[in-house]
Order: sequence, then C-alpha cells, then structure tokens
Amino acid sequence: MAASRTSSSALFPAPELPAAALGALGVGGVALPPVPPRAPGQGRVERAWAVLGGVADPEVPALSVTDLGLVREVSESPAGLQVVVTPTYSGCPATEVIEASIRQALEADGLGPVQVSQRRSPAWTTDWISDAGRERLRAYGIAPPGRCGEAGAAPAEQPVRIVARGVACPHCGSARTERLSAFGATACKALYRCLACREPFEHFKPI
Amino acid sequence: MTTPSITAPTSLRARYLLRIADTCLIHAQRLSEWCGHGPILEEDMALTNMALDLVGQARALLTHVGAAQPQALDEDQLAFLREERDYLNMTLAELPGRRAGRDFADATLRNFLLGQWLLLTWQRLQASSDAEVAAIAAKAVKEARYHVEHASGWVVRLGDGTEESTRRMRQALQRLWPYTTELFDTDEADAEAAATGLGPARDTLRADWQAAVAAVLADAGLAVPAETPFRSTGSRGVHSEHLGYMLAEMQQLQRSYPGGRW
Repeated sequence: MAASRTSSSALFPAPELPAAALGALGVGGVALPPVPPRAPGQGRVERAWAVLGGVADPEVPALSVTDLGLVREVSESPAGLQVVVTPTYSGCPATEVIEASIRQALEADGLGPVQVSQRRSPAWTTDWISDAGRERLRAYGIAPPGRCGEAGAAPAEQPVRIVARGVACPHCGSARTERLSAFGATACKALYRCLACREPFEHFKPI
Repeated sequence: MTTPSITAPTSLRARYLLRIADTCLIHAQRLSEWCGHGPILEEDMALTNMALDLVGQARALLTHVGAAQPQALDEDQLAFLREERDYLNMTLAELPGRRAGRDFADATLRNFLLGQWLLLTWQRLQASSDAEVAAIAAKAVKEARYHVEHASGWVVRLGDGTEESTRRMRQALQRLWPYTTELFDTDEADAEAAATGLGPARDTLRADWQAAVAAVLADAGLAVPAETPFRSTGSRGVHSEHLGYMLAEMQQLQRSYPGGRW
C-alpha cells in the first residue's frame, strides 16, 4: 500500500495549546470530528458523547478520548452527569489531565455538573481503539497497534523474549521496519524506523 | 517541623499486599536513579518508563490497602510516612543499582529477576477474591510482561556479549542470587492469603520462576548459581543497610512539608 506521506508538521505539533483547543482544531491537519451543533431536545447523554468525541488525549492529541476507548460509560444521575473512564497504563501521568479535560469540556457545553470516576476492570486494551482512531494515528505518523486477540489470552504460555514485530511504516506502508527503542516518549509507544523510506516513527504498543 | 510517622497497617491481609506494593515502589525508586545515567538514551527512557509503571502499580495497591484501614490512610501517607521497619519490600528491590560498586549489569539482572517474580505474582492475582486486587493485577500483568521481555533481552545481550559484559553479568549474578530465596519465603500472611483466595502463597511461584529464569540464563550462557544458606528478610521488615538512606531521600519532602502537593 502506498499511502501518501503526511507533512512533517503532522509529526511535530509545535504550539502548546490546551487540550480542549487541540480537540477543536485538530493537530497538523488531522482533525478530530467537529462537535455537531446542539439539536433541540437532544438527550444530555448523547450530547455528552458528541462532546467527548472532541476531547483530545493530552499525549496523543490526534486521538480523542472516545477514539482511545477511554470512556466506558456516560449516564445521568440526580447529582449530574456520571462519566466512567478507564486508565491506559498504571502509571500514565495523563490520567488526571484527561479527567480534568473531560470535566472542563462537558461543563463548557453546559452539561455540568459532571462527576468523573475511574474503573479498572476490565483492563484497557489497545483493541478498544476505534478504526477511525487507528486511521488518524497512522495519518499522524504513529503506527497503530496490532490486535491483541483474546483479552488475557494464555499469558503464561506466551514466550517472554524480544520478538520481531512486523510493524508497517505509517509513512510509506513498508513492512521493512526495525525497532530502535522499546520505550518511547510516552509509556504507550515504542520507537521504530523504516528501512525503506528511512523515516523514524512511533508505534503504539499493543497491550 | 517534620511530619510524624503513621501507624502502619498490621493485618495479615495488609502485610500481604504491602509486600507487593512496596516491592514495586522501592524497585521503581531504584530504576528511576538511572534517569540521566543510562548507558544509552534508549535505556534511560526504558528504565524510567518501567519505573513509572511500577509507581502506578504501587499507588493502586497502596490506595486500596489504605482505604481498608479503620482510619483511612492515603497512598502518600503509606508511601512516605512509614518507618523503615514498616516497609515490607523484598530486599532484592532495595539493593543499590548503580552506586557502591554496582553497575548496569546489576540493574538489568535485578529488573529481570524481580520482573519475572512480579509477572507471576500479577498473573496469579488476576484470580484474586478481592475484585480490586484482581483489576489492578489485570492491568499490571500487561506491563510486567513487557518489562520482563525487555529485561531478559538485556540479560542475554550482556551475558552472551563481550568478555567484559559477561564478566560483569556473572558478578552481578553472584551478588544478587542469594537474595532471590526470599522471593519464595512463605509465612502466615501467605497462608492466610492462600486460604482466603486473596493471592498465592509465595512458595507456589517458585517452580514457574525457576523455569523461566533458567531458560533465559541458559540463553545468556550463564550458569544458575547454587542456593546459599543466606536469607534476606526485607519482606518481614528487617532490611539491609541500604533502605534507610533511600527512604531518607524519598521521604524528605513529605516529612519537611507536611501534606505537600504539586
């Protein structure tokens, strides 16, 4: 597959904008879907999902929190809107920021008061990243994760060794790539380079 | 002004969980000491990224243990305001990783030996009768698998590398191996955990751990050392001389600035 190269600006989101602004603007031409205008009589829960679709992840701003599958549930309660999110990694420093930007975005849309709570089980997996999200990752210059298969499948049998993972280059599509670093700029990514087009790129690790 | 120590939880259940939480916490602190000192930039990032996962795992368990106390304690109180004897980490986690004649081989090998133990522990804890512990484990097991994969790759690389790297890895193995016996020491906290379904007694992890470790050491061209009569006792609160210094550094902010947050 010969996908067209993204502009280099897509790889380096220079301006430091608040997460909500990134969500609205998109980054490097990879726009998150716009929040549709409010329809009269639209349910608060549906409206909340639409707003959340525009809340960017602080560390991978090409994706929204719903693309990543972080939002598990939105419901209405007498105390206000209840949003349940799941953490990606145990030590992900973005967890608090994500909760704050969710609250902020919903309140800015007049949907407050909002309570955000965490749910650990079932554990988040990259399999929950939406197809649209995977496409946006690729366009942003990050190779999307492969499927993990069945959640929690036979971990004891899985050989624990460094294995070559056939990760396709998000720039030129070549499978001739190699891993440069098992850990990248954030906990969720590893660093690769393409041997065909020589470009370095990040890979969202499947977990 | 300093913040006084808390009264640490003493129930068998709390002790069982604190051993795992403290092992993650202290191991993370040692890994983070490599920040800016890794032999290559990629390793610098790897060691600190793994530390981050381990801190996250420790936070989740400490929060859970603290909430179950008659007088609720938060994660920071448990992490920073206990006396040395109230920390129940495996001694292996607190040994120096890069000073006092230790080097990257020690750090790598410890990361592998302890990582493999944590991986097996988390795998078994996924079936815990405590739903929150099971949920924490289900998340942690994915991270631990990646840590072990990374660490075992390095053990092979150094063990089966140059004359110098092999020599250093052999020395590290001699230094660290006596502390691995403690990983499978079993006492009343393990017995109760096994009886209530909270988690496995440590001795039941031994066979799987030995098999996994032996396979990697064989690939690295390293012989499995013989067992020695030495017994370390960190998981019972009696630590090596190294933990006190480390805690002084870790606790300094919370002790000096009570309730400090940022």
